[in-house]
Amino acid sequence: MMGLQIVVLWSDLLVWLLLITGVAVGVLIARTPLLLAAWRRVGRSRAGMASATVLLVFLIVGLLDSLHYRPALPGAPGDKTQYSIEVLSLLDALAGPLRTENEKTYSAPLATRLYAKETVERPGVGTLREFPRLKFGGAHLGDNEAAANADIAGRAAGGAALGLLFWLALAAASAAAVGGWRKLVRGETVFAWNAVLLTLLVLCLTLGPLFALAGHYHVFGTDKVGQDVLYQILKSVRTALIIGLVTTLVMLPMAVLLGIVAGYFRGWIDDLIQYVYTVLNSIPGVLLIAAAVLMMQVVIDTHPQWFATAAERADLRLLALCFILGITSWTGLCRLLRGETLKLRELEYIQAAQAFGVSSGRIILRHILPNVMHIVIIALVMDFSGLVLAEAVLSYVGIGVDPTMTSFGTMINNARMELGREPVVWWSLIAAFVAMFVLVLAANLFADAVRDAFDPRAA
Amino acid sequence: MADTPLLTVNDLRLGFLAGERLLYAVDGISFAIARGETFALLGESGCGKSATAQGILRLLPAAGRIAGGSVRFAGSELLALPEAEMRAYRGGRMAMIFQEPATSLNPVLTVGRQIGEVLERHRGLAGAAARQRMLELLRQVGIADPERRLDEYPFQLSGGMKQRVMIAIALAGEPELLIADEPTTALDVTVQAQILDLLAGLQAARGMGMLLITHDLGVVARMAQRIGVMYAGELVEVASRADFFTTPRHPYTQALFAALPEVSRRGTALTTIPGQVPALAAMPAGCRFAGRCPQVMPVCREQSPDWREAAPGHAVRCHWQGSAALADPAPVAVAEATTPAAPLLELADLKVHFPIRQGILQRVVGHVRAVDGVSLAIAPGRTLALVGESGCGKTTVGKALLQLIAPTAGSVTLAGRQLVGADRRALRAARQQAQMIFQDPFASLNPRLRIGEIIAEGIAALGVAGDPAALVAALLQQVGLPADAAQRFPHEFSGGQRQRIAIARALAVQPQLLVCDEPTSALDVSVQAQILNLLKTLQAELGVAYLFITHNFAVVEYLAHDIAVMYLGRIVEQGRAEEVLGRPRHPYTQALLSAVPVPRLDGAGQRIALAGEAPSPAKPPGGCHFHPRCPRASEICRQRYPDSVAVSATHTVACVLAA
Repeated sequence: MMGLQIVVLWSDLLVWLLLITGVAVGVLIARTPLLLAAWRRVGRSRAGMASATVLLVFLIVGLLDSLHYRPALPGAPGDKTQYSIEVLSLLDALAGPLRTENEKTYSAPLATRLYAKETVERPGVGTLREFPRLKFGGAHLGDNEAAANADIAGRAAGGAALGLLFWLALAAASAAAVGGWRKLVRGETVFAWNAVLLTLLVLCLTLGPLFALAGHYHVFGTDKVGQDVLYQILKSVRTALIIGLVTTLVMLPMAVLLGIVAGYFRGWIDDLIQYVYTVLNSIPGVLLIAAAVLMMQVVIDTHPQWFATAAERADLRLLALCFILGITSWTGLCRLLRGETLKLRELEYIQAAQAFGVSSGRIILRHILPNVMHIVIIALVMDFSGLVLAEAVLSYVGIGVDPTMTSFGTMINNARMELGREPVVWWSLIAAFVAMFVLVLAANLFADAVRDAFDPRAA
Repeated sequence: MADTPLLTVNDLRLGFLAGERLLYAVDGISFAIARGETFALLGESGCGKSATAQGILRLLPAAGRIAGGSVRFAGSELLALPEAEMRAYRGGRMAMIFQEPATSLNPVLTVGRQIGEVLERHRGLAGAAARQRMLELLRQVGIADPERRLDEYPFQLSGGMKQRVMIAIALAGEPELLIADEPTTALDVTVQAQILDLLAGLQAARGMGMLLITHDLGVVARMAQRIGVMYAGELVEVASRADFFTTPRHPYTQALFAALPEVSRRGTALTTIPGQVPALAAMPAGCRFAGRCPQVMPVCREQSPDWREAAPGHAVRCHWQGSAALADPAPVAVAEATTPAAPLLELADLKVHFPIRQGILQRVVGHVRAVDGVSLAIAPGRTLALVGESGCGKTTVGKALLQLIAPTAGSVTLAGRQLVGADRRALRAARQQAQMIFQDPFASLNPRLRIGEIIAEGIAALGVAGDPAALVAALLQQVGLPADAAQRFPHEFSGGQRQRIAIARALAVQPQLLVCDEPTSALDVSVQAQILNLLKTLQAELGVAYLFITHNFAVVEYLAHDIAVMYLGRIVEQGRAEEVLGRPRHPYTQALLSAVPVPRLDGAGQRIALAGEAPSPAKPPGGCHFHPRCPRASEICRQRYPDSVAVSATHTVACVLAA
């Protein structure tokens, strides 16, 4: 058995911490009837639950990619074990061939040959200019390349069938849980099971063939250095999730605290906080972020001794990006909360508490915070997709994540040159675009469902 | 009348979609309105009055559905008309006035544009002709200087003027039927009197039919010729004005009358209607009032009663055939405090001025004199009513005495302790002695806390001795709520129950003084009676003194020992209740009292009409604040503010006429 050294990156820590917090908040919600009722409304929403299912798939990919380790290098027995400088994740282990089976350069999706002609030496024939065979894509076919289409179709059908079987098992289980197919189909369940199952069906029918083919072909092609695009997409998911989640963690305390304090105390405190966020808002966000990222880049580059591996360096840069995005994006929520608090503080139950001499801190905690929580939740889910998109834009401009880290933004950035090339390499861009589109669309639909359920005016 | 009625509603049923179910808000009501007749729909909130009006105009909200019946207007069936033709009726042949003038005008359009819209659509007028017509309309509804008003925006108008503009818009299409949905509920009593007079005058002059929707028996007595009483989506009694006020037949109608607070009921408990209107989703099978009826019989619970003609033109829907459903209420043990002891609370020359800031540097350019030198005293165990129209500063007095708003000048002495400028510790002690009950029971309880936590808030904050859980249980019992209420959330309670919770919260710290800021104005009559009874009982048991802030004279008559009348930040008259109500000396008090609509046949006594509305406290008129509206103002009133004159040992008036 190969030894391994577990590596806990800072971002891993935050991701798992967030997950634990999420579970804890879930337990808390289950005990608060009002919140529970609101989340039940989310659960009834078909679009909300369908998008939640998609998000869950992305989340699982992201979580698998957040368990890191360094494999032991093979060495003579008795020697001190040496560990690879490459940090791998559980996802890398599961997607083994995707990571290791690199071609020489570009190849189109499901191709068996490279996308560029090369001069090859053929014994007995001489030098030839041709599209060389891929080392891994369709390698199992041997010389029988003509059978590629039939093979692809067969494997895709097999994958779809497997997916369908898996789905049937899931559907049967949920039907048993809610008490009968009829209720399920008619949507007579409290939870929108029918929407979830429908989404799962679509997912199974797409992912089944995808994975059935991924072992023997490059389903989304390869990039310039011959890396599988599907693998890059899978790795990008974690980056997007971290940007979306950790940033909110940074901005949330600041926005909530400052917004409520400004609205509750008014006077000079309000003036000061308003001044700060108005100034922050009037500086172009990209400039501010660029300046901060470049400064941080200098710090990282001048202290190489801080990092044992490249992954750790990239990880720190990612967190710093989250932090910077958080610092610049709290103003919107802060302004919303200030306005709501201004309204709440005039309500009679706040005055009743003041008439009892309850301290300001306690009034904020007991009376104001719980009554603005719906705004916080709505803002959180709505900001998520905006942040994922922001990362893509920043990486495209070159001030986003570390170049060694895969993200939707770096993929799109690389694709910039490919589109100008003749013939055009389109698959990287399209694959990154579709994956990000699905993630952001699901997040937006989910945010809409949450807003509808929590907005007191809509209820 | 021989000809066909103007509007005939027959077996109209309409409801609101809740999920898959249609919940009937109006369940088979029928009535008719003749030309020139005023028909009043009377009932408590949630009885389907407004839904009926919306159904007639086919203006139901998105979830609303008309399930059946017919609405015939001058011979044509409205429910069968296509939407395009319906638009010729809305605003043209039928017009509607809404409850809240502040929100029924578009704030970004001038008055002229909003009236012009109707003229153009329904009368085809434009340009100079339209303007001419607009000026006529504004004059008709009694707006002075209409040329200027026409080009003003709604925010430049006062509440009463906005309602006059709304009426002008409604009249612009020259309607044959006017639907007025609580047209004066949001207005002050003197302005209400003006608007009601205006409506009555216009209706008589134009021969319009009018459907008046109201919960106020006083308004009904003043305006209606025939009355329909609605309960839980059904009409239960239809009668002419005379029959309605002399011999109400339905137990619900009788209970409504009995629940009214009045001076003649001072020593007694008010009759209450137990329980509340059943929810739309859980309508009882038989008579819908059976669960709350004092005369309930077994048949009531099984079978919905049919219409019965009690007298010609007087129909009632009730199994019970008797005449007086209610026994005379028993007198409650109300210890009328006879000898005023040393005052518990004394306000001396209290002033609260809010600065008006303008310009970039936020310089103070003036003050809103919300409270401008108020002196009051309340003895232990007595009730002082602070009466006045909205904006006169009465709520500010209540909040300033509790130090919720910092007073600008003056002194507040509570049980010998000076509160103005007191430090936190001294204030803590005072907060235990004086507490407040707020107007809106829906805004005064934090929706995220359990009732137990809400009531225990003061106990924890002020460190009241004793086991909080036991105290909460005792308080809940005291205000007449079940003990398990402590574990529930505010949204599970009705308005009256919420107000009981608010009272329990205030009582939790055992105060000697309760400031009640319009505690019943958001409640229905029957629920108001429950709360007033409770307040009276608590006073008898605990000896609490009340500062009762209100604009409702019926409540004052029933409850108050002493009365102070406030106008524009100052007290114009104060004295014992019988003195102020029986022999009012200040012209403002006299006008206020005469403007209150009385729910009796003979209620239409001599009215003193006041012109205009109360001016802004930022720019009070020179001399006596009241002189621009006073029917008896003389030269001296314009020159200086009159001194207080003692008419008797307890009765003082700030008016030169009293001297």
